[in-house]
Amino acid sequence: MYTASDLRKGLRLKIDNDPYVITEFNFVKPGKGQALYRCKLKNMLTGSQFERTFRSVDVFEPADLREKKMQYLYKEGDKFCFMDNETFEQVYLTEGQVGDAVNFLLDNIEAEILLFEDRPIGISLPNFVELVVTEAEPWAKGDTVSGATKPVKVQTGYTILVPTFISEGEKIRIDTRTGEYLTRVKG
Amino acid sequence: MSTLRQEDSFRLARKSQALRLRAEFTQCLRRRFLEQGFLEVETPLRIPSPAPEEHIEALASDGWFLQTSPELCMKRILAAGYPRIFQFCKCFRAGERGGRHLPEFSMLEWYALHTDYQMLMRQCEALLQSALADTGHSEKIIWRNQIIRLPLPWERITVKDAFSRYAPVSLQNALAGGRFDEVLTEHVEPNLGCDHPVFLCDYPASMAALAKLKEGDPAVAERFELYMGGMEIANGFSELTDAQEQRRRFEEALEARAAKDLARYAMPEPFLAALEGLPPCAGIALGMDRIIMILADAPNIDDVVAFPPETL
Repeated sequence: MYTASDLRKGLRLKIDNDPYVITEFNFVKPGKGQALYRCKLKNMLTGSQFERTFRSVDVFEPADLREKKMQYLYKEGDKFCFMDNETFEQVYLTEGQVGDAVNFLLDNIEAEILLFEDRPIGISLPNFVELVVTEAEPWAKGDTVSGATKPVKVQTGYTILVPTFISEGEKIRIDTRTGEYLTRVKG
Repeated sequence: MSTLRQEDSFRLARKSQALRLRAEFTQCLRRRFLEQGFLEVETPLRIPSPAPEEHIEALASDGWFLQTSPELCMKRILAAGYPRIFQFCKCFRAGERGGRHLPEFSMLEWYALHTDYQMLMRQCEALLQSALADTGHSEKIIWRNQIIRLPLPWERITVKDAFSRYAPVSLQNALAGGRFDEVLTEHVEPNLGCDHPVFLCDYPASMAALAKLKEGDPAVAERFELYMGGMEIANGFSELTDAQEQRRRFEEALEARAAKDLARYAMPEPFLAALEGLPPCAGIALGMDRIIMILADAPNIDDVVAFPPETL
């Protein structure tokens, strides 16, 4: 079981037999008052969202989710096709089920397909992915610690803000939960 | 440059404006306090027992605790006859982490003898207004697209009136349903201090662990909170100086904590002994990180400290 202090964005809970993921999380506490955990929860099956405020005494059941490595094959219409490399079984996910993961999905890569009671319901990316910068303005020298950012495009076509010292062809690490730049990858 | 070093420089460089404003504003406040004859004091961060309060969790430190506020020690100094004292210090509260909360944060506290919460509100608004003017904000300050106008006096609204103005339920019903904090944070707070700073005052007596009850109206405490831009900035009150009543409230809080299986705090006896000789007085705690957020137009508390805990 989880307690309220485990709550954070991305945590998955089972509520009324459905898996939910916390999409927004806000810790709220008047100085002298009680701690409140304001969550926006998304039903991982239907996509419907609701907001609820929890308290420190609340407990939560973890959602029983399993991940299985599958290979991303192609997109057909609004369906994404993945194949289990052991059984050669193919499964399909909708655009809604793939969600923001599309920003980090390369052809033929292995992805973790999320199974809830053996049903494929979504794609689970690692928290961090490394992608190559394919389009970037050149780096103005002497600008290394100015704190300024610039937009670049990575190989999936996703546009992301990075420090100005990043140049084309470099590999960067991205946090897939926030979609934000984390660090440059050397080598 | 190594990647790690470059990343750290990048992260810190983005905070240069906030860090400079923090230093500047702290010096402005300090100068104002010294001009008014306040003595700057230091009290220990590590103490045997914090003030027993139901909803404030202390971090344990080798058998003692890190202070959740400097209140107890500062009132002991006050009780010894020091008339006006202030302190900038770090406070620690377990489990508090969010866009407006750091488990280690900076507090400004000040106390004055022969002062009540009404006088303290006037003192607070005058002090902040002059310190804000010192940093170039004499008329207004803009935080997250809200224009907060600063001319005095700042608005006072009682908790009861604020609930009837902004909340879907009355104060009485919120209290009866155990939903005071929920309704306050969801419906009331976001409306407070958006056009000008607001003092939310006269809290229900049950929400005042260390405050004096109002003369002639014991249902409310002489306590206020200052809000700017919907954000709680400071908490002040006429201090409870009745040692017996204070002991009773601490016992109540300790029982409530025991019932929830929360950490045991010892009764702070030296503080209760000091209360016996404490003249009427008032004190206030102001969250420095929060007011720097307003000054720096920063949406998140992480933006105004060099090192949020996750970066260490």
